[in-house]
Amino acid sequence: MGFFLEVLIGGLMTGMLYSLVALGFVLIFKASGVFNFAQGAMVLFAALAMARFSEWIPGWLGVENLMVANILAFIIAAFLMFVVAWLIERLVLRHLVNQEGATLLMATLGIAYFIDGLGQTVFGSDIYKIDVGMPKEPVMVLQGVFEGGLLINKEDFIAALVAALLVAALALFFQKTATGRALRAVADDHQAAQSIGIPLNRIWVIVWCVAGIVALVAGIIWGSKLGVQFSLVTVALRALPVVILGGLTSVPGAIIGGLIIGVGEKVSEVYLGPLVGGGIEIWFAYMLALVFLLFRPQGLFGEKIIDRV
Amino acid sequence: MTRQIGEVILDLQNVSLSFGGVNALTDISFDVREHEIRAIIGPNGAGKSSMLNVINGVYRPQAGEIILRGEHFRQMNPYKAACAGIARTFQNIALFKGMSVLDNIMTGRNLKMKANIFQQAFWMGAARREELEHRAKVEEIIDFLEIQHIRKTPVGRLPYGLQKRVDLARALAMEPQILLLDEPMAGMNIEEKQDMSRFILDVNDQMGTTIVLIEHDMGVVMDVSDRVVVLDYGKKIGDGSPDEVRGNPEVISAYLGASH
Repeated sequence: MGFFLEVLIGGLMTGMLYSLVALGFVLIFKASGVFNFAQGAMVLFAALAMARFSEWIPGWLGVENLMVANILAFIIAAFLMFVVAWLIERLVLRHLVNQEGATLLMATLGIAYFIDGLGQTVFGSDIYKIDVGMPKEPVMVLQGVFEGGLLINKEDFIAALVAALLVAALALFFQKTATGRALRAVADDHQAAQSIGIPLNRIWVIVWCVAGIVALVAGIIWGSKLGVQFSLVTVALRALPVVILGGLTSVPGAIIGGLIIGVGEKVSEVYLGPLVGGGIEIWFAYMLALVFLLFRPQGLFGEKIIDRV
Repeated sequence: MTRQIGEVILDLQNVSLSFGGVNALTDISFDVREHEIRAIIGPNGAGKSSMLNVINGVYRPQAGEIILRGEHFRQMNPYKAACAGIARTFQNIALFKGMSVLDNIMTGRNLKMKANIFQQAFWMGAARREELEHRAKVEEIIDFLEIQHIRKTPVGRLPYGLQKRVDLARALAMEPQILLLDEPMAGMNIEEKQDMSRFILDVNDQMGTTIVLIEHDMGVVMDVSDRVVVLDYGKKIGDGSPDEVRGNPEVISAYLGASH
């Protein structure tokens, strides 16, 4: 029982991180109907910026304290993501209003490659580390309840907590504020939103900016786990099955989808893995996504697509 | 408040609009006076909706001018129109389907909200107070249109007639000077049509809103409007009071078909 709980908790914590990346997709899709292929590239770009600035800042400003350097780097990286969002809206999206979904998807594909290249040109293409002072050592909890207690990875735990807080804050922002309401309005109907005086352009900048910040947080968390390197882009691919499972239009869907996939991966790896020779973790999510595409293409929480004939 | 029809508030001059080779509107001019109910009628495909979309800035005319309170516009865009006090409803209802009736109507207050995104994000006093003020205004509109019982319902679940009413409520929440109604009674039963006519008259009478409305049901139009423009195949064939228009031979032949 103790072992099963350990696996479960491990899965939930990984799942929370998937949710965080998936949330980036959902935010942009909801507000602009664009499936943002560049989300992965944004994660990498943000992580690179964070890693490099926290490395450079002590030299530039003579700041010794790691904490202060990290905070400054975070602010600069966040500002950079804002600039990226603004440029994407200005140079790309504004000219593609009311175009087909496929056109917009291709545009984000272009943006993805551009940001990939730009990030590595500006910040370099080695492996960098982000050290935000997350504790690495595992802890034992509930030693009284289970024999030997539960072994929990502290770093994963803190990361999951941060992700959960961010997700909760965003959900509140969307539900409770006027801007959130305007965002949801734009997501539902561009034309109607414009006709009641919601400025589409500003809303898009806000959404891409929020997605940029989400990418930054995801980049920092994954970057400090795996190191900042090109393969971070593929973290976004891990989030694809999550959005298929949860539905592209649902914030709660992204969260629950992430948790299901995180847990499913770990549990199936541990309990089914030995029967088929292991390696389930790598393809489990995609398999699950396929099954969903066959039987419930709108995802768990997505809006049902009913076409008038 | 008794309404007094005032000066010309919106003036369209020589507006022409074409899509590729199709002329949707040809050289159309008419004006709208403050506080009046101005109807645009015509058979299907006459260009009524196109006309409304030009005023609202969804379509950009190839020729002509829009003069709004003395200000000349070569073309509008929907955002500019909204800022200038023009609200509209849609023929095929364009509500935000996933949101509740209340939230839908609250979006209509968007232009009037002044708190910035940070005040909102951190739920600061200014943003909270503002939200309450606007909520009070929205409740007035909800009472006015008699939709109290559905305020928390997601609009996607409402019957058609009520959705039309919510669409009107959202437009009213903008406190517009000019209200454009695109076939407000299309697809309604007689009772719903009567309700809607009453609301339109009340809005005009009590709020003093200038109304431009499109309808192809002649009966309704003649009852509510002060002046009527008649379009056929993108051309203006009549303009005047309901009685004048009713007697116009060209209008009669457009509606009933002429014997050639």
